[in-house]
Amino acid sequence: MLKIILAVVARDLKLAMRRQADIVSALFFFVIVVSLFPLGIGPEPDLLRKLAPGVLWVAALLATMLSLPRLFADDHRDGTLEQLALAPHPLGLVVTGKVIAHWLVSGLPLALIAPVLGIQFDLSSDALVVLTGAILLGTPALSGIGAIGAALTLGLRGGGVLLSLLVLPLYIPVLIFGAGAVDATVSGLGGEGHLSLLAAMTFASLGFAPWASAAALKIALE
Amino acid sequence: MLEADNLECVRGERRLFAGLGFQLEAGELLYLQGRNGAGKTSLLRMIIGLLPPEAGEIRWKGKSIRSGGDEFRADLCYLGHLNAIKEELTPLENLLASAHLADEALSEDDALDALEQVGLAGREDLACKYLSQGQKRRVALARLVKERRPLWVLDEPFVALDVAAVDWLAGIISGHLQRGGLAVMTTHQLVGIPAGTVRELKLS
Repeated sequence: MLKIILAVVARDLKLAMRRQADIVSALFFFVIVVSLFPLGIGPEPDLLRKLAPGVLWVAALLATMLSLPRLFADDHRDGTLEQLALAPHPLGLVVTGKVIAHWLVSGLPLALIAPVLGIQFDLSSDALVVLTGAILLGTPALSGIGAIGAALTLGLRGGGVLLSLLVLPLYIPVLIFGAGAVDATVSGLGGEGHLSLLAAMTFASLGFAPWASAAALKIALE
Repeated sequence: MLEADNLECVRGERRLFAGLGFQLEAGELLYLQGRNGAGKTSLLRMIIGLLPPEAGEIRWKGKSIRSGGDEFRADLCYLGHLNAIKEELTPLENLLASAHLADEALSEDDALDALEQVGLAGREDLACKYLSQGQKRRVALARLVKERRPLWVLDEPFVALDVAAVDWLAGIISGHLQRGGLAVMTTHQLVGIPAGTVRELKLS
């Protein structure tokens, strides 16, 4: 079981490394969107501190969305998705591997660069730690939920827009608790409760989403 | 070994075929023939379990392939009209990756040997996007060289191949039949397969 997940992760990471432009462009999108806010709003530290969690999280959601349409589309176009569906193990495990690989190349870089961007918003070091932790814990849920949307819209014309309409509403809980964790830390309440809920969402979505995606992929392959 | 009963296929509003059945034993090859749109590929996709039939049942070793699931797929090798190779990977990486994902043990030496047989020696380390159509097809076919799963389902395997490669592939398929394997394939070019019993099924 672990072997097949690792095989898929290894293959997808190797493919991502040969196509680094995709990773870099999503990361730069995140950096630029987040950096536009302090420039647009002006040097008002109190206002920026208040806006920071929301802005960073919304930008993280959008940056994750950028790479979602290609999650299954490339494999579908060249026929490898058929072969994956015909492999002698449940398709859900294959999708789990793809979701993990997607997080490693989209969510993880966002979490690593988020503290640097947080400095532009005059966040305290405590808040920066919680922000990084929240993005680390929350982005796997984004990849998981996104995989369902990507599987449902596979092969549709104009699927990218439909994918955003399907997936973004489902991202709302992650957004609320992710931004809430940083807010709570800034206001001195402590963000542990929010972080535990984020972790719970991540585990739930990693457990369920691959199987829902696998069911959608089987329909797309008929 | 492989039996189909009373299969019916409906695509969109049209019924492509109904009441179709066949039986295939070890060492036998089934040629599917018919004009374009007759339902050859649909039938192949039913056999591999990607397309559920409207009616009827397909059994492998006496067990329905829908309930057999993983066991059936462990015996199945499918080659579609898409090559299922990644343009960014080299032929060698493609072969090894597809073997790993199908849970098969394939050593690097075996993979290199297979690539040499399909005439890709010296191009193992070139990304597949730099290969020609025919060469990409050969990378896909190289999987068959070391393939020991009993049921091969091939969709138009001879397309984009030159004469020498067609002969080579016919030889690989007869080797498979001689080892007691089964094969189902569609083709528009009738290629003589030297060994095994050849059955034909015409879809109209």
